Amino acid sequence: MKSETAVPVKDMPKTDPRMKLIAAKLKKESFKPDALIEILHTAQNAYGYLPKEVLSYITKALHLPPSRVYSTVTFYHFFSLKSKGEHTCLVCTGTACYVKGAQAILNEIERGLGLKAGQVTADNKLGVQVARCIGACGLAPAVVLDDEVQAKVTPEEIVQKINAKIGTL
Amino acid sequence: MNRQDLKTIIYAEKKKEETNKYKHKICVCCGAGCISSGSEEVMKKLQEEIKTRGLENEVEVIPTGCMGPCNQGPLMKFLPEYNIYQKVDCSNISAIVQSQLIEKKPIEDLLLFADSREKPFIDARDDPYFKKQLKIALKNCGHINPERIEDYLVHNGYLALDKVLFEMSPEEVIAEVKQSRIRGRGGAGYPAGLKWETVYKYVNDQKYVICNGDEGDPGAFMDRSVLEGNPHRVLEGMAIAGYAIGANKGYAYIRGEYPLAIKRFELAIKQAKKLGLLGNNILGTTFSFDVEVRIGAGAFVCGEETALIASIEGKRGTPRPRPPFPAESGLWGKPTLINNVETFAAISPIINNGGEWYSEIGTPKSAGTKVFALAGKINYAGLIEVPMGTTLREIVFDIGGGIQNGEDFKAAQTGGPSGGCIPAEHLDVKMDYESLVSLGSIMGSGGLIIMDKSSDMVDVARFFMEFCMDESCGKCVPCRVGTRMMHDLLQKICENKATQIDLDRLEELAVYVKETSLCGLGGSAPNPLLSTLRHFRQEYENRIVQHD
Repeated sequence: MKSETAVPVKDMPKTDPRMKLIAAKLKKESFKPDALIEILHTAQNAYGYLPKEVLSYITKALHLPPSRVYSTVTFYHFFSLKSKGEHTCLVCTGTACYVKGAQAILNEIERGLGLKAGQVTADNKLGVQVARCIGACGLAPAVVLDDEVQAKVTPEEIVQKINAKIGTL
Repeated sequence: MNRQDLKTIIYAEKKKEETNKYKHKICVCCGAGCISSGSEEVMKKLQEEIKTRGLENEVEVIPTGCMGPCNQGPLMKFLPEYNIYQKVDCSNISAIVQSQLIEKKPIEDLLLFADSREKPFIDARDDPYFKKQLKIALKNCGHINPERIEDYLVHNGYLALDKVLFEMSPEEVIAEVKQSRIRGRGGAGYPAGLKWETVYKYVNDQKYVICNGDEGDPGAFMDRSVLEGNPHRVLEGMAIAGYAIGANKGYAYIRGEYPLAIKRFELAIKQAKKLGLLGNNILGTTFSFDVEVRIGAGAFVCGEETALIASIEGKRGTPRPRPPFPAESGLWGKPTLINNVETFAAISPIINNGGEWYSEIGTPKSAGTKVFALAGKINYAGLIEVPMGTTLREIVFDIGGGIQNGEDFKAAQTGGPSGGCIPAEHLDVKMDYESLVSLGSIMGSGGLIIMDKSSDMVDVARFFMEFCMDESCGKCVPCRVGTRMMHDLLQKICENKATQIDLDRLEELAVYVKETSLCGLGGSAPNPLLSTLRHFRQEYENRIVQHD
């Protein structure tokens, strides 16, 4: 995997402000190995994904075997080893959204934007994901566009909104 | 803060509320649902409007948690009149304020359910939507500002904690919970009092209380709404549990998908600590209790208690065989009490009103009330709380307002991926633990998805099987391989390519997976399949290709 921030690990806290966040979190959790998931959350929020260098930094800081960190990262849906794109479109496929046509939304996104769930555009501008349930069932079908919940959407509407987002970049 | 200080604060806050300089209170629903519908802008616009009219000394505007009818949002409630406005738009706020506060009469056309009922109810409490409900766990949701501990204190908050610390022994607290006959609201329905007693009996210098807020069932949002609408109630329940079982540390495991719930719960912890209602020597006693939030990272299996414990310990969330049960050896090998958010939310009313009071609500075997998340093809989707034993028909038609577009009811799905579908001929089933099990479904955490004829039941079974296949942690073979095989067979049936042999194999496999899986995920993964086969077998058989 090629990462954008290929900086030697020992230098990272000084060069990247995002690493400072992680370093602070590590300190707050007193470098306890059981805080691994909490620290991964911080890293995922800061970078949008978990670059290899960051993982290796956390691994060393917590004195954990890399296998343990890798197995934890790949177990949970929240953590990603790849960039999810500058803009994210998260389609909820929970039961309520399923009953109300989440599949039609995914189909339209694939038709209109050529992206399937889990894919990112070549220029990294947009990533499409699916969520198991975001708990906004009263507003089904729901899509989260850049952290903003879009309630009771139609397939055409959401593609339009995405296009507007990518266009404004 | 000691006991006297708490009473003083509550008294002062109540006095303030009574001699309130405000004549009106406007509650704007700021639950996750209404926020998505734009309630934050509504709130801002409303505050501006009140200010421009110079009414800020007469009218108090507060953000609240979920009021219930989520798909009618944003919701705005005027107190003391109990007039609720639905689908509030920034453009009609001025008119509403003018009519409601100056002309003193509500705008009927904009009231709750005005567009779907012949005539809306002026006082929302008269509406069957609310009349049929009984709110205990959700009592203060939608009435108080969840971000102010004082609001909770005015509504007798933390009085139950005060009562147990000064007037009750741990044994008495457990006896009270046992007497209430409350059963775990997470799904399995194990009697909470018994669980508390078991943990209490294990002698150890370190015990833990865990609040399970990993509401992974797709289609369920009860825990989210409780945590967002009244976080202090859950916190108080956890502290009472800590006192009863002898624990001084609690963890709240909340889904990462619920950022607002996490934020409000963390704020609640901070506020309670500041007032000495959490932390060392609570209310001047020798009892100390601290709570930490752990954020889930998106794994359905972590709702299973042993997997959840592994996740709190920072590991892959895989379950382990029980026994030993967490009550004996849980978090870091210490005796641990795990209850669901809704269970903890019901504790303080049980202590305040007595276990007997609670046990008289509901049915003999399932006491109390249950919160349901009503969604799918129903007119009034949202959050409701009803006494156990309320029939499905009452929930769907009296409270939920029937099926959208006047379609016929086809099935209700309860219990998420571990549950099953209830067909129309069982609409009169009482919603309690035993009745649902007898129909091949389960109560589960309370997700209730209503379907009409547009839902294909074979595809519904495939949908849930796909979910379980994805979410299987991979530790035990029956679940890892079995869910995949069942999914592929269901896919084959959906594509009209399966034969009778496939269907027979599917049924056989379902029983194997159910009986041999390590944890509840695999053990209940075949439920949606088995229940749709039981009630909608014809739909399966219609798709079977006949051999020549």
